[in-house]
Amino acid sequence: MTTRLATGGRLLDRGRSVSFTFNGKRLSGVEGDTLASALLANGQMLMGRSFKYHRPRGVVASGAEEPNALMNLGSGGRFEPNQRATTQELFDGLEAASQNHWPSLEFDIGAVNSHVSRFLPAGFYYKTFMAPRPAWKHVFEPFIRQSAGLGRAPKERDADVYEHAYLHVDVLVVGGGVAGLTAARAGGLSGASVLLVEQTGHWGGRAPVDGAEIDGQGAEDWIASAVTELEAMPNVRLQTRTMGAGVYDHGYALVYERLTDHLSDKTGPRHRLWKIRARHIVTATGAIERPLSFAANDLPGVMLASAVRDYVVNYGVSPGDRTVVVTNNDDAYRTALALKEAGLEVPAILDARLEATGALPEAARAAGIRVLTGRGIAKVKGRRAVEGVAICAQAGEGAVLEEIKCDAVAMSGGWSPVVHLWSHCGGKLNWDDAGAFFRPDPSRAPTGADGTAFVTVAGTANGHLLTAEAIADAHEAGKAAAKAAGHTATRKAAPKATSEVEAPMAPVWMMPQGAGAALRQKMWLDYQNDVKVSDVQLAAREGFESVEHTKRYTTLGMATDQGKLSNINGLAILAGSLNAAIPQVGTTTFRPPYTPISMGAIAGEARGELFQPLRRTPLHDWHEANGAVWEPVGAWRRPYTYRKPGEATEDAVAREITATRASLGLLDASTLGKILVKGPDAGRFLDMLYTNMMSSLAIGKCRYGLMCSENGFLMDDGVVARLSDDAFLCHTTTGGADRIHAHMEEWLQTEWWDWKVYTANLTEQYAQIAVVGPNARKVLDKLGGMDVSKETLPFMAWADGALAGHAVRVFRISFSGELSFEVAVKANEGRALWDKLLDAGAEFGATPYGTEGLHVLRAEKGFIMIGDETDGTVIPQDLGLGWAISKKKDDYIGKRAQERSHMTDPARWKLVGLETVDGTVLPDGAYAVGDGVNENGQRVTQGRVTSTYYSPTLARGIAMGLVLDGPDRMGEVIDFASLDGTGTVVKTKIVDPVFFDKAGEKQNV
Amino acid sequence: MKRYSAFAIAREALRNHTGWDRAWASPEPKKRYDVIIVGAGGHGLATAYYLGKNFGITNVAVLEKGWLGGGNTGRNTTIIRSNYLQDPSAAIYEKSRSLYETLSQDLNYNIMFSPRGVIMLAQTEHEVRGYKRTAHANALQGVKTEYITPKRVKELVPIIALDGPRYPVLGGLWQARGGTARHDAVAWGYARACSAMGMDIIQRCEVTGVTRDGGKVTGVTTTRGDIGCDKLGIVVAGHSGHLADMAGFRLPIESVALQALVSEPIKPCMDVVVMANTVHGYMSQSDKGEMVIGGGADGYNNYTQRGSFHHIEETVRALIETFPMISRLKMLRQWGGIVDMTGDRSPILSKTPVDGVFINCGWGTGGFKAIPGSGWAMAELMAKGTSPLADAFSLGRFREGRFIDESVAAGVAH
Repeated sequence: MTTRLATGGRLLDRGRSVSFTFNGKRLSGVEGDTLASALLANGQMLMGRSFKYHRPRGVVASGAEEPNALMNLGSGGRFEPNQRATTQELFDGLEAASQNHWPSLEFDIGAVNSHVSRFLPAGFYYKTFMAPRPAWKHVFEPFIRQSAGLGRAPKERDADVYEHAYLHVDVLVVGGGVAGLTAARAGGLSGASVLLVEQTGHWGGRAPVDGAEIDGQGAEDWIASAVTELEAMPNVRLQTRTMGAGVYDHGYALVYERLTDHLSDKTGPRHRLWKIRARHIVTATGAIERPLSFAANDLPGVMLASAVRDYVVNYGVSPGDRTVVVTNNDDAYRTALALKEAGLEVPAILDARLEATGALPEAARAAGIRVLTGRGIAKVKGRRAVEGVAICAQAGEGAVLEEIKCDAVAMSGGWSPVVHLWSHCGGKLNWDDAGAFFRPDPSRAPTGADGTAFVTVAGTANGHLLTAEAIADAHEAGKAAAKAAGHTATRKAAPKATSEVEAPMAPVWMMPQGAGAALRQKMWLDYQNDVKVSDVQLAAREGFESVEHTKRYTTLGMATDQGKLSNINGLAILAGSLNAAIPQVGTTTFRPPYTPISMGAIAGEARGELFQPLRRTPLHDWHEANGAVWEPVGAWRRPYTYRKPGEATEDAVAREITATRASLGLLDASTLGKILVKGPDAGRFLDMLYTNMMSSLAIGKCRYGLMCSENGFLMDDGVVARLSDDAFLCHTTTGGADRIHAHMEEWLQTEWWDWKVYTANLTEQYAQIAVVGPNARKVLDKLGGMDVSKETLPFMAWADGALAGHAVRVFRISFSGELSFEVAVKANEGRALWDKLLDAGAEFGATPYGTEGLHVLRAEKGFIMIGDETDGTVIPQDLGLGWAISKKKDDYIGKRAQERSHMTDPARWKLVGLETVDGTVLPDGAYAVGDGVNENGQRVTQGRVTSTYYSPTLARGIAMGLVLDGPDRMGEVIDFASLDGTGTVVKTKIVDPVFFDKAGEKQNV
Repeated sequence: MKRYSAFAIAREALRNHTGWDRAWASPEPKKRYDVIIVGAGGHGLATAYYLGKNFGITNVAVLEKGWLGGGNTGRNTTIIRSNYLQDPSAAIYEKSRSLYETLSQDLNYNIMFSPRGVIMLAQTEHEVRGYKRTAHANALQGVKTEYITPKRVKELVPIIALDGPRYPVLGGLWQARGGTARHDAVAWGYARACSAMGMDIIQRCEVTGVTRDGGKVTGVTTTRGDIGCDKLGIVVAGHSGHLADMAGFRLPIESVALQALVSEPIKPCMDVVVMANTVHGYMSQSDKGEMVIGGGADGYNNYTQRGSFHHIEETVRALIETFPMISRLKMLRQWGGIVDMTGDRSPILSKTPVDGVFINCGWGTGGFKAIPGSGWAMAELMAKGTSPLADAFSLGRFREGRFIDESVAAGVAH
């Protein structure tokens, strides 16, 4: 029976009781508890169900490596699945619920899987569920999905907020045990700026539990003074509840801070994700104890020896009244001694080694504990909890020598250094025979851009399991890191620790060594995913010899603990099955993060309104207040149309078009890209960028230009205005502004870096208003301040001047076929000018129009739209824009590509106008069908719709499209396929793409 | 090859599963083969399989530098769909999708093809038009797709937020017969079937050179000796440029790392695959319960198969906007795979300047879904010198400007 002890618990504040619920039941713990320790204190050993067999499971570990005790936490917008009870600090009001069972934790129907487990070995699902074929989707898969999956899915929007933080440091030290403290101290004393992070809420790691002596003080006292010393250093920053999550190229590290997970008060950010740039990283991440593989080692009550010790010493909790310790090393004897000291019974220590003669075993014997050497556990007795152990010879096949009653088992298979962060960025490992673990190989470290190592591992993580060695190693690591960061290493001495001499451990990968099939099918390697020794052996037998194959076939190490407990044991079993040495089998790849980090933290502040913030033109608020139906265009919102109360969207569009053609329309054109290109080589540069000749453009004039990609495809268009001898203003499409600016810079920086050209994206510096329609000039004249007559400002000219007191630049250009002026004004004067235009235009019925009106107006004139008529496969020649391609230039981007055989093939799809015979609007995206099918059985096509609208001007549907040999087929009627599934076609006539004012008279007035 | 079945499992259960054979043999390389395939990923193994199955060519070796299925086959996000825009793409991906439907039965290996449906969200007017166009094209290509309303999207994906502040869901392109499969099992299933036909799958055998006589291939040099062949298929996504270099020609390929991640497993909450191309993220839920998330490719050329963080951050942000509940989930693991990118984002299945050498590469970010179709077409190309499914994807198209650009309908193609 697990219970709270009357005394002990170094992390507890026993005076402060904390109330929480588990599966709806109200329980109480103590300030300082973890959820796991509080549950144990309440007699709750059963904490969850395994993934595959739904086996009853208790807590195994006391830290981040816990595979079993995963909980649904909280509720509503603060619900979170799969939180480890061992790392969740208890707070008042915490709500926890166990996972992966139905109807309840105690009685789980899914446990039937466990009884038929012999029919469900590793990978069984690859060999069955294949017939009848539809059954996979409709029967087997839903069943598998339902029984897998662990925690519940959150339902509500996250109630918490998250943030990102950034820090540059000389040295990042990960891990706040005695090694981390020592390394940080050495770095700090050397003058380096140091960030020291510790994943738990307290400093010192295992040392206070293990009982080392440092600099003549007890571990606890030394830790306190070390922290005080570090806190006094201005160049050292310390953070608890902060985990090193990942190490990436160039000393970039992700560090994950949990701010409110341990508090009742959830105000403020929940997590903070630190992005650290460190000159050097020291990982002092300790080691994790390995389980032993004996039959029924997954019963609730079987725990790591170190965890048992932690619960007794740190939390004053007994994992059981009678605990059998089983081990292959000296360290586990500390657990026996700690239990004894707490007044609990230890009926026996089973040591798989043939002798146990060191100081710790002797101390155990002196404490009256029975020590049996050369022995192991044949089987743990009990169905849902430990009731006893059957003892056998480790060297045998499991013949039972004796049975001992107990209610807990503390096991230790040795320790594995935590090498994750070292490995994330390519650090390699060596196998250490003495410790039977992988340790970092300093000669194959992660290296930075200069080829030097940027990660050093310190202490236990570096394979130094004894405190004295770990501290000496960490001191050197701290000095080396400071030195790597350009500081002179401190000459102060390392702290000196003493610890008991330990006898060598003996690797034990299976207990007993000669266990038969029946036992091996009950030896768990990966608790959460239910992978057993027999599964790994099966994988090896079936040829899954690569460690990655074994992992993927059996799912070993793929659970939420990512194999922290199971990987080395699994590797050893695999190596044994293959008769290979463990290092030859190798490890699987360590991937970030070290333990799972919240998606919320990854996203940080950038959510909701802050996720890709909207770009707003100076007129945005006016649009909003005047019925704008918004359309996202790039990062902008543009009004699609302005709806009057009670008006349908399509009616609003028609009204705007009609008003513009008849009298006066106004368009917010501010989002159009405006890129200034300036310098002595500006003309030469633009000649390369555009298909047209731009260097010959006269100052004061505008020219419509086309830009192609290297592959010859049309990528953007716009009007270029020559401002001065060495300056051009290039207009781009709204969506293209940033892309085209980057395109320009790429060519300038990578190909023509010696050309004297600068570019600047001025898009947001100006508001730009298109004043369009027969009365456009009148309204500008009313505003007064400059001459915009045909003579002074002819079509395709521009002029600086003033309008209604605003300094403006007026471009006489048109995308509607109407008399049109685009007026640019400083952004902060945009709204004032807009208001004045509306005022002055009132007598002409001035009508603001949106993007849809813009589209229809241009389509009526047969003007192409980038993204409609083009899609990355269309060359200007396809669009009848050959006139905009200079024949005089030697080169421009895309020229060579356009000379390839398919590009110059006369049989291409080319731009035409399209009119349905019945006057209706052609469906968007429809294809024109040809005769028959191609060699792959697909219907032959001969064209497609690129733009299709209802034209209020012509009172019929109009469309543009690309049709095979289209310009040579004027008047021909072809069939466009509809999508109604009946095979009906829309009869459509090929016409000239200019539907309105073919002579272009309206814009030249 | 002993057949897999529920009965076989029951029989083996009674003898503690000691009677299972190796899934594939582990032979020593022979002196020569009719055909050598370099690369035992999905595409390479499928090529070998269909050479045997469709053309009776079984004197075949598949050489693998590491472990079979260890490249992009074992790193992708397992999406299968064929709702492509251009005719050649739709043809090969639809062939592939239809082969996936019966692949478990064909291989006698459950690759867990799950035709759960794929939605590509339209979140801009431009995407709306693009997907309507794709739906029109698919109808003529014999690919069953449908443009659906936001209401229908919500019915299919209850956890989606239609009204994100930035990119509201305006509709979607729905392919009900798209879905996912178990990626490793595809490689394993093909490997087992190839091995059963007597082909040699040779792992830990790195090709170090391509030997030629005149303009014709004669074999390869490897870390396990020289091996002769009449025909050589290079099927090594992520390393195509290296192998082409050994054979003496160059490829229009850039290699970049594509990023992906999974969450911790949770109970079923999303039954279909959702792709949000405007915000560059896609997500499905594996049978284990993990949310499998794919994002963008790194912006620089690279051969390092490692996760980097900046794209993960962008992808997760985008998906939290689309699926707010995932904010409370945790990222379990992130990784990267090296993808071959061509100029038009379509693959290369082609003869090469070296007689007898064929190449299959350039699948970019979407190769998994193509494995059976790609193998089918590549086998035909290698056996007959031409294949209607492959011919449009020849290397010559770059010289001719005959691009097959799929970025047309989607910002990213997966």
